[in-house]
Amino acid sequence: MSALLEVAHLSKRFGGLEAVSDLSFTVGEGEILGLIGPNGAGKSTVFNLINGVHRPDSGRVIFQGADITGEAPYRVARRGLARTHQIVQPLAELSVLDNCTVGACFGRENLSLAQGRTVVREVAEWVGLADRLDDPAGQLTTAGKKRLELARALCSRPRLLLLDEVLAGLNPTETERMIEVIQKIRTRGVAILIIEHVMRAIMSLSGRIVVLNLGRWLAEGSPAAVANDPKVIEAYLGDPKLLAAAEHS
Amino acid sequence: MWYRPFPWLIVGAALVYALLPYFTDNIGLRESLLLAAIYIILASNLNLMIGYTGYVNFGNIVFFGLGGYVCLYLVNDFHWPVVFAAFAGGLAVSALALLFGLGILRLRGAFFALATIGVNQAIAQLVTNFEPWGGATGIYLSLDAYGPLGGPLQALWITYLLIVALMAASLLLSYAIKNSKFGLGLLAIGQNEDAAAVLGVPTPLYKAMVYSTSAFLPAVAGGIYFFKSGIIEPTSAFNLQTSIEAIVMVMLGGAGTILGPALGAFLYEELRGFLLTAATFSQFQLVIAGVLLLLIVQFVPGGLMGLIYRRAPRMRKILE
Amino acid sequence: MIGIVASVIDGVLIGSVYGLAAMGLTLIWGVMKVINLAHGAIVVLGMFILYLMASALGLPAYGAIPVTIAIGFVFGVALYWIAVHRMIGRPELMSLLATFSVNMVLIGLGTAWWSTSPYNVPVSIPGVTWGRYTFTGTHIMAAILAAVIAGLLYLLLYRTRVGKAIRAVANNREAAELAGIPTTQVLSFAFGLGVALAGVSGTLIATLFPFTVLSGEAYQLKGFVVTVLGGLGNPAGALLGGIALGLIEGLATPFMPVSWIPIVEFGLFVFCLIAFPRGIFAFSKA
Repeated sequence: MSALLEVAHLSKRFGGLEAVSDLSFTVGEGEILGLIGPNGAGKSTVFNLINGVHRPDSGRVIFQGADITGEAPYRVARRGLARTHQIVQPLAELSVLDNCTVGACFGRENLSLAQGRTVVREVAEWVGLADRLDDPAGQLTTAGKKRLELARALCSRPRLLLLDEVLAGLNPTETERMIEVIQKIRTRGVAILIIEHVMRAIMSLSGRIVVLNLGRWLAEGSPAAVANDPKVIEAYLGDPKLLAAAEHS
Repeated sequence: MWYRPFPWLIVGAALVYALLPYFTDNIGLRESLLLAAIYIILASNLNLMIGYTGYVNFGNIVFFGLGGYVCLYLVNDFHWPVVFAAFAGGLAVSALALLFGLGILRLRGAFFALATIGVNQAIAQLVTNFEPWGGATGIYLSLDAYGPLGGPLQALWITYLLIVALMAASLLLSYAIKNSKFGLGLLAIGQNEDAAAVLGVPTPLYKAMVYSTSAFLPAVAGGIYFFKSGIIEPTSAFNLQTSIEAIVMVMLGGAGTILGPALGAFLYEELRGFLLTAATFSQFQLVIAGVLLLLIVQFVPGGLMGLIYRRAPRMRKILE
Repeated sequence: MIGIVASVIDGVLIGSVYGLAAMGLTLIWGVMKVINLAHGAIVVLGMFILYLMASALGLPAYGAIPVTIAIGFVFGVALYWIAVHRMIGRPELMSLLATFSVNMVLIGLGTAWWSTSPYNVPVSIPGVTWGRYTFTGTHIMAAILAAVIAGLLYLLLYRTRVGKAIRAVANNREAAELAGIPTTQVLSFAFGLGVALAGVSGTLIATLFPFTVLSGEAYQLKGFVVTVLGGLGNPAGALLGGIALGLIEGLATPFMPVSWIPIVEFGLFVFCLIAFPRGIFAFSKA
């Protein structure tokens, strides 16, 4: 299986802080790769490096065989790589329909307004925003805005979707709903790179997981393997001996 | 867009506007309607930047002045017919704007705003020192320039009609853009430029394109207007105060709407006319405009159209 | 050749006053992400305070400085509450227009009061002679005072609690709020401070050159060029940037007509913004 996305030896420094350091991994066609790590591990920065918001100091990003390192975000989007943000960015005064139409018309396919709107209505249906299409985006609830963020990215018909903590701040019902949607996305052949703190969700969704700590690659493998890796446990909790002690008492 | 009623409303209103002075045979009315139309042209095109894309072009008057200069130069020195000359002015200024735009549109917010003032002042300075364009004295049109139009009196009526046509064109352009994919991209940029880029909107190109587009009709209008006046010189051609008043008009009427800038321009002109007879100092014009702008920005940022939409939400679909 | 050196030194002296003006601008931006488009008008205000005190009331010229600082501060706080407060957090367009409208009102009132005729406040201080050249006393005095005020600002920002609060809010408003700092009051204080700096720079400039109500525009542009040179939000950079600008002007003045200088500055401004978005003297990480 050829890699859809290949990230090779990415590094990025902000002032004195080395946010990402010599990071490499790949995402295959149609797979869901989870990206986890303690807070401050550099996960969102990785997304920013992939979609062109920041230029890496060194390393390369290769998408569908093409080198897109440092390419402007709008070009990356045109190639079929869409992304959501941790802090949602609705186009507040525009309607939900218009928000998604932007995604549809300026995404991978160069659609007209009419064609874009057709795509939007379809996507809105199974993301669950169909009844809110005419509302101004700024008036949605947090869950609604998260769904909008996702829907908008989906409307651009990406091959790879970068999801940045799309479950944060949702209650259990909303979380379940969102997980269903993400699984559905995968069945349509869209690969997903997902950052998440809700462990249960990311463990069940991902086929593989990459663990980051302090900007560096820490571990990689199936969810089960990663969950039992002492290095990972230590990174999250501190000291494996402590954990062992806690388990025995 | 001709399947919808709104564009036809614009055309109808423009026809009434054009024919009103004819049927009342009122030259005074024609003159004040002409001035209002000029302001509507300036405000509507400025709205493309401020209302759609969220970039404040403080120096928007430069398009008007430069277009005027190109037109008068072509008419005076090369005896071009005025319509061609004005049109050429429009094209030249748009092309220049595209070039400049690609550079200064990399700047955000206040820096872009200041850069546009700088562009206006720089061009004004260059023109003042440019001898082929009359330097500081400017260009004076000889009376026989009006010959092809049937003499000066007839020319006044013809230029009036041309300006009204340009006014209608400005409103129709605003409407066409707003309902196009290009317009949606602009609105996205206006809401959140970074998010728009991540969604695939080609922000640098679109910004340059709208800057250039917003230059065209004011430049053509400048050509016709200064042709009618018979004279153009740097201070009045690149008058920053007019530029600023255009901004107030857009905000007053409602940025981002189609009717807003037109309403705002009209109302502001009426207000100004009233003030000039009431107050002795014209300097207070700037003070009043400033207070008005401050009040609008603080309390009614959506302008008049914003107020209308809040009172009657259905109007959003009918009156754009 | 020596003529250029003298011109350059003079430029550096005057540049320190530009730096002072820019410090006000950059402070306001750094703390609340608002660009004060009324900056030029306030510089003019400072100029006229000097005029009123020195020429109309016959008081010693440099005595106007503390007066300007006081009036400027109070005025700035008032301006914050009238025009800026509701604009925080709204799209940048709104705060731009708000401060710009204040500019319009001030310039309009100023023109009505004082018209656009030039005013001059003759201030004479013995100059300093070095070799063949005499450096005007007022220029040296202005530079010294600018440095003193800048030093006082530094002390305020880095050695007092208020200064700490300002820096905290500039860094992260939410965190500062959570730490118990009354951020809104800090914002109004910072705005007052920025306005006071702009005003006092006007007072100093008025000791050097004649001025009109419309002079503010040129100094606003200079303020922006300096802010961009020094890096937004960085007062130390602003002072250095001001001196750099003064240097450039000193180098340029012997070679080109005065009316072209704003155009050169404008070109520099645009160039710096595009080429060095962080400022040439970017000390801070952001």
